[in-house]
Amino acid sequence: MTKTKTYEEINRKLKEGKAVVLTAEEVAEMAKKASPAEIAEKVDIVTTATFGAMCSSGAIINFGHADPPIRMEKIKLNGVPCYEGLAAVDSYIGATACDPDNQAYGGAHVIQDLLEGKDVVLEAWAKGTDCYPRKHILTKININTINEFTLFNPRNAYQNYNVAVNTTNKIIHTYMGTLLPNMRNATYSTSGELSPLLNDPELRTIGIGTRIFLGGTQGFVVWPGTQFNTTRPKNEFDVPVTNAATIAVIGNLKEMSTNYLRAVYYEKYGVSMFIGIGIPIPILDEDMARRVSVNNNQIETSVLDYGSPGMPRLDQVTYKELQSGYIKVKGKKIRTAPVSSLAKARKIADELKEWLMDGKFEVTKPVHLFPKNTTLNSLKETEAEND
Amino acid sequence: MIKKRFVLNFPPESGDKPLSYHLVKDYDIRINILKAEVYPGKRGSLLLELQGKKENIEKGVKYLTEQQIICEPLDKRIHFQEDQCIDCGNCTAVCFAGALTMNKNTWKLEFDKNKCVVCELCIPACPLHLFEIDFR
Ligand code: SF4
Ligand code: SF4
Repeated sequence: MTKTKTYEEINRKLKEGKAVVLTAEEVAEMAKKASPAEIAEKVDIVTTATFGAMCSSGAIINFGHADPPIRMEKIKLNGVPCYEGLAAVDSYIGATACDPDNQAYGGAHVIQDLLEGKDVVLEAWAKGTDCYPRKHILTKININTINEFTLFNPRNAYQNYNVAVNTTNKIIHTYMGTLLPNMRNATYSTSGELSPLLNDPELRTIGIGTRIFLGGTQGFVVWPGTQFNTTRPKNEFDVPVTNAATIAVIGNLKEMSTNYLRAVYYEKYGVSMFIGIGIPIPILDEDMARRVSVNNNQIETSVLDYGSPGMPRLDQVTYKELQSGYIKVKGKKIRTAPVSSLAKARKIADELKEWLMDGKFEVTKPVHLFPKNTTLNSLKETEAEND
Repeated sequence: MIKKRFVLNFPPESGDKPLSYHLVKDYDIRINILKAEVYPGKRGSLLLELQGKKENIEKGVKYLTEQQIICEPLDKRIHFQEDQCIDCGNCTAVCFAGALTMNKNTWKLEFDKNKCVVCELCIPACPLHLFEIDFR
């Protein structure tokens, strides 16, 4: 093993302006000629990024107390229902929540409207108590009137994701986009070799407390994301060949920008939110150098049939093939399209690189590492009664 | 020689004139009908690709206009809020005409309106709803 670097050494180099920071795409290119030992020697940090739809996202809001006060027991923002079970004026608005009568406008849109400085209608109801006598409130709020406005996303930045096709003879509408009949298109969603969790597949440097780029500002990884699964099948390069690990993240929405957070509506599916995430990966040693050198030829993923029950797995392809515009599935040539933005992901990786080089950002050693050997339960139905 | 796509909207009374005959014979224009919708007794819409000398196409368009037919270049009928686009690629998944494609270097969306066949699949496919096409 060649020499190792500590987080402190890397941060010191950043301060002195001597650190070498590359994006994951740049290092994958460099690795064509340089060995992991040479990369570990030369490179200090690699920036990774993704900008895609992440449905398990939302915001914590504190509205502040009105006079007379109300203990809100049912809450709506621009008609979108928000969570009411958090004290008197705390709430959580999920990105995918929506008014059943207006399916194209949801929680993500409310978050974006607030972010853009627009007024949003708050309506809340309560039974009225001795200390919170009020039963109803109808007013307007905006980003300046509310107290905390915190993005807290239970599951983001999937480590790899499957490719979607549709073998049926009907068009289907999914969160992976519009899938044409008879496998006439295939969609894929990660940024491949630039994708954060694919560059640290064992999660040696990404854990609780990791400082990240989130929505245009600094955020943090707070927990493994929901559906965190480390026991998915891996290929010879240690890359899980389907969706595996995830992260839960948090950050101050008041500092974020709609350049990196965007509400979307998928036809006949629902609302979601595009989230921009960038993660700096410190090159602590040769092993990390080898991990970040991974390229699109080595990253593989599974092709699933979204048209059939149980989504059967049809094939396995590389990101190199996906990005070429065509893949072959069971011998059939299929046109591919991305559904997450590589152009934006690159922008985030570049911006994070600038922040690091300008001394505005540093790498953080996780205060706790994620669990290993986790698996997932599915929802088994047992007999139950409602009374 | 140029090739250009036009949307034609014609009122009910113009339905029975031999328009294409005149375009071909009088102006030496080659016509490719890409899409046609006719609502009996009401009005109809056509997407045509016209190929010919630039001045002949101009004259042909003038002739059509004189026949009470609205004839506009297709790109004027496609409204795309480009500044809002996040280059996600969703619309390219459905555009089989090859009008919407991802640039393989920059991974930014490219839109060649002159290849559009007004299948209208991109309208619901864009999760930001940035397309509107005025065909009817
Ligand atoms: S309507 Fe949209 S999807 Fe269809 S050909 Fe035109 S640009 Fe492509
Ligand atoms: S689907 Fe919409 S946002 Fe995405 S690339 Fe196409 S036009 Fe842009």
